[in-house]
Amino acid sequence: MIHPLLFYTVSALITASALGVLLARRPIYAVLSLVLVLFGLSTLFVALHAFFVAAIQIVVYAGAVLVLFLFVVMLLDMAPEALLRDRNKTMMGVGVLFGLFFLGQLAGVARHLPAPSGREIPGTTAEIGRLLFTTYALPFEAASLLLLVGIIGAIVLAKKKL
Amino acid sequence: MIPLTPVGLPHLIGLSGVLFTIGLVGVVTRRNILLVLLSLELLLNAANLAFVAFSRAQGDLSGQIMVFFVMIVAAAEVTVGLAITVLLSRHAGKLNADEIRNLKW
Repeated sequence: MIHPLLFYTVSALITASALGVLLARRPIYAVLSLVLVLFGLSTLFVALHAFFVAAIQIVVYAGAVLVLFLFVVMLLDMAPEALLRDRNKTMMGVGVLFGLFFLGQLAGVARHLPAPSGREIPGTTAEIGRLLFTTYALPFEAASLLLLVGIIGAIVLAKKKL
Repeated sequence: MIPLTPVGLPHLIGLSGVLFTIGLVGVVTRRNILLVLLSLELLLNAANLAFVAFSRAQGDLSGQIMVFFVMIVAAAEVTVGLAITVLLSRHAGKLNADEIRNLKW
């Protein structure tokens, strides 16, 4: 399915960067770590023959969503004391315990995965476009409505005076 | 146990689970609202990886289309979430989720 060397290299990179998002003191480093996670995931998507998803992962996620995050991080100019009191020890302990418990539950589920069907994915971008405008036409339109609501909501919230 | 090679569905789901757990711990433990939103992105990306992995294993494109929709939801969520973050820092002057207790200003 995927070459083991590629998978283990990329997943080490992804896990390390994800830990960077979790542990970074300064928000800007957290955002940049998340960019690394996204690029690693995009590599895996290419290896899984999901070329369209890999492309929009870079263009939409890394290109638009995270740039928005960077804008806000630089706009807010967080005070040093706000950074220092970012986390407390008890919450960290509880969080890690909670995470380990969750991971254990997930491992239980992962033992009963369905067997791969062995079928090849029928095409890629062209086929996705066809499905989006036939089977998934209604969710597609609903998604555009959601984006419109998001835009209006952001304008209403962020504008000082309408 | 699952062997290390060949890399298949269980490995990808495992990576997705690790990513999801890291994001979940981030959402629970980080107090800066901006970083909570950032950890939420990790959760969504873990779900995306699982979708693509299952799509490949089952030979079905629906998983990839779900990823498309997840990205749209993420974009909408980030737009509104960041607008609220900017507004909070402008009005309340702080971004610590523990300190922001009132819902009106």
